[in-house]
Amino acid sequence: MSGAEKITVKVTEVVPLNELVTRFRFERADGGLLPTFSGGAHTVVEMHDGGITRLNPYSLMSDPMDQTAYTISVRRDDEGRGGSLFMHQQVKAGDEMVISFPVNLFSLDLRAKKHLFLAGGIGITPFLAQIKQLQRFNGNWELHYACRSAALGSYADELTDHYPNETHVYYDDEKQTIDLVNLLDGQPLGTHVYVCGPKGMIDWVRKTAAAEGWPREAIHYEEFLAPQPGKPFEVKLAISNKTIEVGENESLLEAMERENVDAPYLCRGGACGQCETRVIDYAGNFIHRDHWLDDAEHAGGEKIMPCVSRFEGKTLVLDR
Amino acid sequence: MSTFAFPPSIKSRPVYGTLEPQAGAAHMFIVDGEGANAVLDLAQRAPSMMQLAHIVYITRGTDFAAALKALNPAQFYQGPTYGAALPRIRRSLADAKMGLQVYLAGTEGLMGQAMNEAVIAGIPHTAIQTEHRGATARRMQCVHCKGITEDVETDPFVCSHCGLNLFVRDHYSRRIAAFQGVCIDAEDPGNVPVQKGIYE
Repeated sequence: MSGAEKITVKVTEVVPLNELVTRFRFERADGGLLPTFSGGAHTVVEMHDGGITRLNPYSLMSDPMDQTAYTISVRRDDEGRGGSLFMHQQVKAGDEMVISFPVNLFSLDLRAKKHLFLAGGIGITPFLAQIKQLQRFNGNWELHYACRSAALGSYADELTDHYPNETHVYYDDEKQTIDLVNLLDGQPLGTHVYVCGPKGMIDWVRKTAAAEGWPREAIHYEEFLAPQPGKPFEVKLAISNKTIEVGENESLLEAMERENVDAPYLCRGGACGQCETRVIDYAGNFIHRDHWLDDAEHAGGEKIMPCVSRFEGKTLVLDR
Repeated sequence: MSTFAFPPSIKSRPVYGTLEPQAGAAHMFIVDGEGANAVLDLAQRAPSMMQLAHIVYITRGTDFAAALKALNPAQFYQGPTYGAALPRIRRSLADAKMGLQVYLAGTEGLMGQAMNEAVIAGIPHTAIQTEHRGATARRMQCVHCKGITEDVETDPFVCSHCGLNLFVRDHYSRRIAAFQGVCIDAEDPGNVPVQKGIYE
């Protein structure tokens, strides 16, 4: 089976935080301890929603050294494909679920002299674990957290209470914005920036930092892309010798899994590169949505990331 | 010889480029000997950088001080050896802010040691520009006694610490900023190949 190893857990708490965000607590179903992880890691949660199996990644927000439970916070997305709605509407305390071992694609660079965290909305979650990790080592960090309003600012109050000197919260509805150029200016040598939030925010931070002469290696970002629905299309899988149909509301990766084709994956969000698949033949257009392949590879027609990318056209043959 | 094309080698061996102007809040140049020419060349292409520049020039018997000063850098330092310049380099890096660009030019020994200081100060090694100029002599570490021999031009050479005959390898340590020298006659003491230039 592809992906990270699995753990069967019991949902022990479901706590609505505000209109959009609900927190879930998982403990091992067999009563044992969970693996420790590193701040920034995510787990892939398996959801059995009617006939559909969804595997969605969520950042772990609990203390990385706390092996008794993992917690995640899920923002409801009414326009999405239904994973977050399933979590909000179907999952109850006492349920058993299957989650993956933690996988970290957004880890701290512990060589940094200072960690500067920039969060947008639900992008706060990986930082909650990273802050707990750094607090143990008396790490040097600072958080700048932009959210829509005080009512929707998940964990803003706790963070301000616990870390009043490190936490800076900005509310859109009060016209508060991160003064990024000013913030970057004068940071001590060896500062690393971490940004998690909407794509626009990530692009803004990467561009601004580059213009200010920050090394690329000092800018870390994580953006999970949810697979987007699209027109159904047909794929021929050369190794498995199968022709399968990718439905409107499923990803190419999910369609392969439905047909019991063992396709590799890790993040399921276009970031990690694990599911990279060679294209043998095609006639049509790729709809590349990942940020793993570069522009030349996207134009080249030789590779596709089945977790988020789609295809429109007559023939697509994959080496899988 | 002011520029030299190093033959392709193993991955461990550092490769050097040509200094390019970069966006940045400040620019620090650390150069020795003919490395000064790399700064002079860069300044021709991007003269305005010099307003934000700190040049640390280690002479190694050359005299580019007047030419470098004529670029009007914000700060200028001239010293006879890397050791003499080191306290200033460390202090400047300790006080530096993000946005600082570091440029190294000159001998491999100078670039390697200065890069190590910049990395310790928090700059990723891939973000530091280098350009080789001048001597091709190497800074070597004896793997047996760990002693460093500077400015090695021949292969094999005699370790200046323990006296073993050492073979010059391309295996390089960024942390020590030196190439590895390994005893060449351990099996058959005294059977030492004829000494030649490293790149002959």
